[in-house]
Amino acid sequence: MSSLSHSLQWLSSDTPATRTQAKLGAIYRLLRRFLTHPIGVLGLIMVALIVLAALFATWLPLADPVAQSLDQRLLPPSALHWLGTDTLGRDILSRVIHGARPTLAIVALVLLISVPIGLLVGAAAGLWGGWVDAVLMRVADVFLAFPRLILAIAVAAALSAGLWTAVIAIAATGWPPYARVARAEIAALRRSEFIQAAKAIGVSPLRLLVRHALPLSLPSAFVRAALDAPGIVLIVAGLGFLGVGLPPPQPEWGAMVAEGRALVFEAWWVSTLPGVMILWLSLGFNFVGDAMRDVVDPGVK
Amino acid sequence: MNNVQRESAAPLLDIENLRISFPTAQGRTEAVRGVSLRMGRERVAVVGESGSGKSITFRSLLGLLPATATVSADRMCLEGQDLFSLGARGMRAIRGRRIGMVVQDPKQGLDPLMTIGSQLVEMLRLHRKAPAAGAYSRALDLLAEVHIRDPKRVMGLYPHEVSGGMAQRAMLAMILSAEPDLLIADEATSALDAVVRHRILDLIEEQVRLRGMGLVLISHDLDLVARYADRILVMYAGRVMEELRGGEMSAARHPYTRGLLACRPSLDHPGQDLPVLQREASWLQ
Amino acid sequence: MATVNPPALRIDNLVVQRGTAQVVNGVSFSVPHGGSLGIVGESGCGKSTILRAVAGIDQQWTGQIEIGGRPIGVQRTLADRRAMQMVFQDPLAALNPSHTIDEILREPLIVHGMAEQEARIVQALQTVALPLTARFRFPGQLSGGQRQRVCIARALLVEPQVLLLDEPTSALDVSVQAEVLNLLSRLRRERQQAFVLVSHDLHVVAHMCDRIAFMVGGRFTDVLTRDQLRGATLHHPEAQRLLDAALTH
Repeated sequence: MSSLSHSLQWLSSDTPATRTQAKLGAIYRLLRRFLTHPIGVLGLIMVALIVLAALFATWLPLADPVAQSLDQRLLPPSALHWLGTDTLGRDILSRVIHGARPTLAIVALVLLISVPIGLLVGAAAGLWGGWVDAVLMRVADVFLAFPRLILAIAVAAALSAGLWTAVIAIAATGWPPYARVARAEIAALRRSEFIQAAKAIGVSPLRLLVRHALPLSLPSAFVRAALDAPGIVLIVAGLGFLGVGLPPPQPEWGAMVAEGRALVFEAWWVSTLPGVMILWLSLGFNFVGDAMRDVVDPGVK
Repeated sequence: MNNVQRESAAPLLDIENLRISFPTAQGRTEAVRGVSLRMGRERVAVVGESGSGKSITFRSLLGLLPATATVSADRMCLEGQDLFSLGARGMRAIRGRRIGMVVQDPKQGLDPLMTIGSQLVEMLRLHRKAPAAGAYSRALDLLAEVHIRDPKRVMGLYPHEVSGGMAQRAMLAMILSAEPDLLIADEATSALDAVVRHRILDLIEEQVRLRGMGLVLISHDLDLVARYADRILVMYAGRVMEELRGGEMSAARHPYTRGLLACRPSLDHPGQDLPVLQREASWLQ
Repeated sequence: MATVNPPALRIDNLVVQRGTAQVVNGVSFSVPHGGSLGIVGESGCGKSTILRAVAGIDQQWTGQIEIGGRPIGVQRTLADRRAMQMVFQDPLAALNPSHTIDEILREPLIVHGMAEQEARIVQALQTVALPLTARFRFPGQLSGGQRQRVCIARALLVEPQVLLLDEPTSALDVSVQAEVLNLLSRLRRERQQAFVLVSHDLHVVAHMCDRIAFMVGGRFTDVLTRDQLRGATLHHPEAQRLLDAALTH
């Protein structure tokens, strides 16, 4: 397609004519580097499959995930039910795909909350040092001290279990690592000449933070977010498994694993298949994160 | 003045048609495009600007290029021994023992976690140039040979505790401890002050002379090396543009060399606009 | 005391501390509009520190700094910042790698609320002879000489009274240095720009500056004009060594 090749040429141009072209071109170059990592591409495909399936779940020809059919209980995988049925006769394939939705939603929400907060706090601490640094990092330490899963359980038990409860609980303990790394990176840059040049020009501290420090801490934040995702997936599954995740009959992988717990030997598919999905998604994110790290920070070969 | 090869023995360094290329985002880049050099135990200066390929040429002798580099040459021999076919172990034997390299930043060559003395002793033991018992006193001697005034004190210092010039001397002592045949000084004085620079180069020249070594002086500073070399090779874009005899820089004929000489600021004609080097595309052929 | 034509920069008894050490031990000089002062000395003598104190980067100083007759304190207002600008030694380190050249040049205009940003940016690129195609590149995509031109353009955008140059060509190849020095000379001629140039290379300093100050151990030992350099006898042996080393080739 000539329009595609034209766009690609535009992106890889050596002499961009606008800022947008320059920034998009930079992202394009990163993307191309990413695509040379086979494991990363594999991870991307793995994650993309689940995301797409979850997004289009309502349009796919799936059985109703909450429709019970007690005479169809515990059927093994067959042509009719690709992944079999569970203890209440519900189609597992459909439940597994619909179950991806809350998981992905929570991952996305947690990252959208914890990463910006962490970066802002860390960049501010790194940029200004002194007591600002001390206070902010102690606050981060407090939140870092909580064990993630336990806090999530406690919050879910205290407030009613649900999507937002899980999000708040996980995000609350999720932001400190971003803050710490951002702080370290920015503190190292504080002495660098372009920061001093910016100060000499008269750039205000706020502008220094937002226009100089934050953009530089973004690349590694993306990498860490991708590597954080598997952990979040596991915590969500853990909450579901322990029964403090989303209320039934909403399908959720962890809860599905819990339901089939007692039947592992007779009806292995009830627990195992949701478990495989958890593994699949986590692994996919891990692969993507590893490849992103190589792209963003090639290091020594 | 040290003269060129002896008739019967192989030249100290014999490089013929060396080519080095790297993969880059824009395809393959040829960093070195057919460089040849034959030298005996004499002093050769290789001058060029950044990107001329001067450092890469000599790092390839020691196998210090990244794995992605492609190296080819008709000949690459050290006193008759083919360097090209050496494996990793063979390279390690050459490095230090036959060819030594002094680099710009002595802190890179020196281990920051060990005192200068212990590193020196370690080098001596590694290259088996001194018995265990005598290594310490040999180290002291070496430091004295590089004109460090208080060797005993310096033995106990860490690299970050000494000045740039002192660190460079210590670096030189370490390289010389292995008694190599060829010394490569890759921008060894670029990070030093003007006065210290000359002292270090005087020292290098003295040691090279006393020990009968060959010397390759790599630098971007033409004036500096003019005094310390028997032959001067001028490199640009991976090629040798011109070869001059030491001390005869003014006899340069190639337009690149002449351009380079002319564009330096000088106390002789202050304030006037400096002639700008016009790069000809023909030089890239 | 009102002066008819105050100098672009006047320093009186500047003392700069770094931690407990006194790096600059009482330095005084003045630079008229359109004039130039070069400071030459070995590394560690304090020459860069003078510039950094004037630029407001190092803040542990005492003494008097006046720009265009107006005293400047340790805390700087925006107007103070505009009065002087600095060009650093390493152009790669002095530019934010994640900003395009356009953003880099736009920033001082935004900070100082200057209008006609588009026109000024284009003009700045032309002044330092950078091609317009470089405008939306990132610093990593430019050569060393081009980066230094960007730094110079950035410094000139706010129309400072004094330009402070800290080893502006030390990190550049000799041929590129010639181009940048020519650019600086031309700017000085065309804009009557006052500047202070610091370098360890006496050739560069003598080429660019009418007056040259030799600095040893935090003090000026000698201040000469360019013509007085040959055959001069300097007060301090270290300064003399510097001069002799430069003259002998």
